[in-house]
Amino acid sequence: MFLKKTRKLETQIDEYLDLVITGGLIFKLGIRCYLDNQIEAFEGHLKDLRKIEDSADDLRRNIEIKLYSRTLIPEARGDVLGLLESCDKVLNITEETLLEFSVEIPNLLPELKNDFNDIAESSIACLENTVSGIRAYFKNVDAVRDYVTKVQFYKKETNKIAERIKRTVFRTDHDLSFKIHIRYFTFHIERIAEESEDVCDRLSIAIIKRLE
Amino acid sequence: MDISVWFFISSGLFLGWSLGANHAVNVFGTAVVSKMVKFRTAAIISGIFVILGSVISGAGTTKTLTDLGSINAIAGSFSVALAVGISVTLMTRAKLPVSTSQAVIGGIIGWNIFTGSPTDYTSLTKILFSWVASPVIAAIFGFLIFKLMKKTVLKWKIHLLRLDNYTRIGLIVVGALASYSLGANNIANVMGMFVSAPLFKDMHIGNIITISSVHQLFLLGGIAIAIGIFTYGNNVMETVGTDLYKISPITGFVVVLAEFIVLFLFTSQTLEAFLLKNNLPSFPLVPLSTTQAFIGAVIGVGIAKDPSSINFKVLGKIAIGWGVAPLTAGLITFISLFFIQNVFEQKIIHPVPYEITTSVISKLNAERIETKQINDLLGQRFLNNKNFLNELKYRFDYDSKQIYSIFNYALIDSFKIDSSLVNTLPEKYDFTETEKNQLKKLHGKSFNHKIDFEDAVYSNLPMWSLSADKLKDKAILEKKIIIEELFRVSIKNKSSSK
Repeated sequence: MFLKKTRKLETQIDEYLDLVITGGLIFKLGIRCYLDNQIEAFEGHLKDLRKIEDSADDLRRNIEIKLYSRTLIPEARGDVLGLLESCDKVLNITEETLLEFSVEIPNLLPELKNDFNDIAESSIACLENTVSGIRAYFKNVDAVRDYVTKVQFYKKETNKIAERIKRTVFRTDHDLSFKIHIRYFTFHIERIAEESEDVCDRLSIAIIKRLE
Repeated sequence: MDISVWFFISSGLFLGWSLGANHAVNVFGTAVVSKMVKFRTAAIISGIFVILGSVISGAGTTKTLTDLGSINAIAGSFSVALAVGISVTLMTRAKLPVSTSQAVIGGIIGWNIFTGSPTDYTSLTKILFSWVASPVIAAIFGFLIFKLMKKTVLKWKIHLLRLDNYTRIGLIVVGALASYSLGANNIANVMGMFVSAPLFKDMHIGNIITISSVHQLFLLGGIAIAIGIFTYGNNVMETVGTDLYKISPITGFVVVLAEFIVLFLFTSQTLEAFLLKNNLPSFPLVPLSTTQAFIGAVIGVGIAKDPSSINFKVLGKIAIGWGVAPLTAGLITFISLFFIQNVFEQKIIHPVPYEITTSVISKLNAERIETKQINDLLGQRFLNNKNFLNELKYRFDYDSKQIYSIFNYALIDSFKIDSSLVNTLPEKYDFTETEKNQLKKLHGKSFNHKIDFEDAVYSNLPMWSLSADKLKDKAILEKKIIIEELFRVSIKNKSSSK
């Protein structure tokens, strides 16, 4: 019975991480639809992402309660909760960013379409590798390092693309308010990668503690 | 049973309580401090297994302690147990890792010195060897098990939560086993000195179950240890556990496992029989310090993890504790015996008569011990250990080993062979018909010295002579003890003082 309960919790953690991954994929689809001017589909993705974010919140709370009430993994509990919470923060950013697209309807220049697709791809790649890193933290500690390296790589790529978008837009003749608006959206997508890297920093420390 | 007996035995119970309070940290400290196991759960499991260990397997190590010194008066046992209890408490207060086993040895030697009784240096050497061997072996096991765990468990890709569960189960199982060993190993320290003093009568439940007086004594001691764990174990775990041994649950599991293995090696009669049967070197059965084994294992795991992390200050403290514990206990025993004897006028030793006979002289000559100077003592009886010791030392400068031999052979220990008793020999020892008939032939003979008895019963008979086969020898020695006990008669009122 003891082991059965633990297995259920293991499954819940996996389900939670699955939701984060799905959230990232929906974000990418949402951005693509927005760039292709498929607003109805975009709104559908936003709705899905909100649902996923809510479910992930509930699941995370449930996991936290179980970890505390059953005094499971007392040595690593703080790290695990920290990882799950910071992962949740990244999921929130994806949802907030799509929401901002929906509310503010930024006018993305056609020449920036590919760059926006790329930045969404690479920032979500950061998130996906972070999630894989967290899964490895639970089961295969040796693999964590590989995922951390990938996250660092994609984060740098994201920064490069963001810089490219900002350079392009600030060299056009549009109003400053327009330029700042684009920069603001670039910054928000870039934040997904930045926050994912922060989760990985936590992960690197947590793994050292696990190997002690 | 006289009510005063309870007063005297209270010091043993106090010692048991302090042992439980201090040593709980060694078996469940890491599990409780790391919050892997609740204190209540740990205390219940530990308490049950300590009692089981004390009652079922406590006898093995008690033998070595009773060899070291036979405290045969209850006031003497009281003084020793009280002195050991006090010194253990003092050492804990001074934050020195305390070893009850070492303090007890100090106490018994203190009693030996005060009463003029000889110390068996063979037993003492055995015990001293184990003091050095147990932490070293525990360190080796701790090192090897940790390396093995790192190379296997972490490579097996077990989910953290599942690993946590396995570790928890492991900590409980190993904690229970170590508690069993704690009881088996330390009951001799707590109640060993009361074994020679007659306290309880054998209890018969129907005609089937008989609970011997020793088992009753050990049960009582086991309960005292369990109460110590329940009432004060948590405090010690919180202070000592967090200060000295802050280690992760998995490391904690390795440490307790290594500690258990060492305790098992030095306590298990079954293992000893198995090793002897396979012509392997066996371990001496001696009461060990769980603290030493625990610290040894911590050091072993520390070396496996990072050799530079070893705290030499702590090591120094432990080394000081090794010397200070027995010395303090010995000194307090000596002082308390003085007060008990001279102020409270209690008997701290039952007089045991000694007499040098021609057979004693020839036995000593065979061992090349000088006897010319003590020939004039032939036929004289001594009721007082000290008088006998002084007479011997006045005549010749015997060393401690020789003194022990003289005391051993000269001890008046009456035996009378009764053929009707032969059929009551316990079946489990497999006495042969030849052996039984040989004993029956000697019907009616009586002896005042053990050496005379042994000479009559065993000499010139090949079945009783020892060979190189350790297992066979062990069986023969066990049989000899059974025969001695069967024909031994009370020596009360048989002696007259000098």
